Parts: sequence; structure tokens; C-alpha cells
Amino acid sequence: MGGPEVEALIALLAKLPGLGPRSARRAALRLLQDPEGRMVALAAALEAARRAVHPCSRCGNLDSRDPCAICADPARDGSVLCVVESVSDLWALERSGVHRGRYHVLGGLLSPLGGLRPEDLSLAPLLARIAEGGVAEVIVALAATVDGAATGHWLSDRLRPFGVAVTRLAHGVPVGGSLEILDDGTLATALRARRPL
Amino acid sequence: MEWSAPAIVLSARDFGEADRIACVLSAEHGAWRGLVRGGAGRRHGGTWQAGNLLAARWVARLSDQLGGLSGELVHPAAALAMDSALTSALLAAACALADAALPEREPHPRVFAGLFALVSRLALGPPLLAELVRWELALLADLGYGLDLSACAQTGTNQDLRWVSPRTGRAVSDAAAGAWRAHLLPLPAFLREEAAADTAAGDAAQWRDGLRLTGHFLARDVFGAQHRPLPPARTLLYERVDAIARDEQASIAHA
Repeated sequence: MGGPEVEALIALLAKLPGLGPRSARRAALRLLQDPEGRMVALAAALEAARRAVHPCSRCGNLDSRDPCAICADPARDGSVLCVVESVSDLWALERSGVHRGRYHVLGGLLSPLGGLRPEDLSLAPLLARIAEGGVAEVIVALAATVDGAATGHWLSDRLRPFGVAVTRLAHGVPVGGSLEILDDGTLATALRARRPL
Repeated sequence: MEWSAPAIVLSARDFGEADRIACVLSAEHGAWRGLVRGGAGRRHGGTWQAGNLLAARWVARLSDQLGGLSGELVHPAAALAMDSALTSALLAAACALADAALPEREPHPRVFAGLFALVSRLALGPPLLAELVRWELALLADLGYGLDLSACAQTGTNQDLRWVSPRTGRAVSDAAAGAWRAHLLPLPAFLREEAAADTAAGDAAQWRDGLRLTGHFLARDVFGAQHRPLPPARTLLYERVDAIARDEQASIAHA
């Protein structure tokens, strides 16, 4: 169907997150039906991104500048550093617009049951940034999972000698969420993290 | 083919974008893997965390297929342990050990009962480490590597047992240890048969000695036989308890 070039295009698109073989076929068809309008522009954008975008040498964010726009922004609060697992988490926090400090991308989570080990994470650059001074608080913004908790505790131990405040995101009732649909674990952590009203 | 039983989640790893392959431990069926459809999603992600107790159900067309696992959360042990570094390390270590050491689809009711007791009493905090060491001894025994801590290997006495031979796994009395003390593993007081009620929970130094004792035999007999190291979670737990014990000793010396 369409020759090996089309099959190769569908196979490559199907490897992207959110796309299965069926949706990859639809995307490929849409591109092929308008090669000049969509395909050339997409190919050019892909090539430009490949050439220009690299991990930021300070925080690990993906940007065409180094240091990235966030690290280079003087309006950012350099005393608050938010540690995230991946660039997608960084982008999610940036979308919300609530964090005005800087970031550090850890590059994964420690897996106590196997998998990533401490040496696989981007810890040394984080410690170097804190050792430079000026950081008063590190926010550990990791997943509310066993791996996220293990990584958070491990990170907290490593940061203790620097004397910076280490905080983590709250776990609990999501905004717009009703109590009756929450699982027992979320309810228990929400109850323990209650605050005066 | 299907079964339903109370089960503890030992591990769960992502499979594709939305699914996970989980391993659960139940009394009747032992360690059992299955595909959890939607297990990585927002709705079920919290259920399939290591340490959680579920009402689990496994279904497959043939018994030798991976099959599908589903489950309803009964006790959210993972969420309850997350705030405490020591408790979460303890839970992760126990689950990692059971996941890596137990053969699949082979019932080990004593191991399940011990792990069930651990996950249901996480609120006890650090004293639960003594329970973990006892559970690891039961795990070793169930796998055929039980230690003999009832009497001295050299004299036969059951008094003043203070050491364990790292070679044979048998207890040694303090008098018989003699010049070999440096080569023996300390036997913590909470593991001695004559342990009084007030020493049954132990302290940080004893927990460290207990973890060192069971860790030696787990590494040599269970994981060494498979040419694998101890699970990282177990190593991290030992390091954490060792640090607590050293802090305690330093504060006592300072006082």
C-alpha cells in the first residue's frame, strides 16, 4: 500500500507518543496529500529543530539558546530552584505560569525496584549550581509515585549539607475533584497534609 | 483461566503508553505477572504502586499466557509510606526482594503473610525494621537457605548466642567465637530466642546488624546463585539504616 517509502513514514510516525498505526496512517496520508504545503514545511522545521535545539548546559531544558531562555532571564527568581524529572514536566510547570524561579531537569527517577541508579541522574550539575550560592530553596516537583518519593528523599539527603530549604509539591485533592471519586491513598495523603482554614 | 485473591503489588513497569506489566504476590498463587490495561493512566496509576494491597483478579485464556491483571485498592500502603524516607525505603526494599527472589507462580504463603504484616503496619515506623529482618529470614528459609539461630554451632548451647557464621549460617555463642569474632556476623538481640519483650524491636544498630546478616545470605545464596546483585532498593535501605545507626552512636559518644 503506497510503497516502502509510505510504509517507512507511517512506521516512523507510529513511534511518536500518542500515535498508533492507525493515527500514523492518517497523519501520513494528510502529509502526502499536500506535500508542498505541509510536508516541506514539516521537514524544514524538523531539520531546523535538529540543528538548533540542544539541552541547556545549566538546567537541562531543551532550547535553541544555551543557557536557555529561562536560565538567561534576569527577571527570574534565582533563589528558588524547581527540580523536575523531565523536560515535559518543566514545560507543564511553565504552561501554568505559577513558578517564577528557575529549574533543573533531573533526567529521570531513581527506581528502587531496578532501573535508573543515582549515577544515571543529573545530580552533579545540580549540586554545582547550589554550591555557586544564591539558591535558598529547592522545590522537588517529582511524580507522586514510589519512584518519585524515593528520588525525593534521596535528593533531600544529598542537599542537606548545603543548608538550603528543600520542599516538595503537595499531594491531595485535585482542583475540581470530588472526594468520592478519589482513591484511598490520595485521600489519606490529603488528610495528613491539611492546613488551617 | 482466572483467579481472584488479595495480593500485594511487588512491581509495575510501563508497557506502551497506557499499560503496565505488574507483578503481584498472593498467598495462594505466589508471585504472578500480568498485563494491566490502563495501568499507567491517571485513573489507575495510584493503584499499581509497589506495596499496595489489592483485591486482584487475573484472567487469561490459557494458563501459560501472561494474562490480564485488574485490581481494586484495599490498602494504599505506598501512599502512606511516601512521606517517610525510612518507611518508603523499607517498603520498596521488601517489595524488590520478593519481586526478584521469588520464583513465579509458586505459592509462598509464609512470605505473603509476612509481607502483608509489614504493609499493614507501616505506621509503626522504624521498629518495623526488626519485622523486616524476621521476614527476610523467613524468605531465606522458604527459598531453602534458612539460618539456624537456635543453638551454637560449636558447643550446642542456646545461651549467650551473639554471632552467626557467614559460611554456614549457624549461630555461635560469644564464648565459642573467641578469636574468630572479627570474621563472624553479629546476631542482633531481637533475633535471639531469649530476647525479652523490651528488646524485641531493637535499635538502629541492631537493625543495621540484622540487615547486614540477612543481606549477606540473600546476596550470596539467593542472588549470587543468579549472578545478580542485591536489588538497589535493599542496598539503599541498608545505607539509610547504617547512617541512622552511626548518627545515634555519634550522639551517644558526644553526650
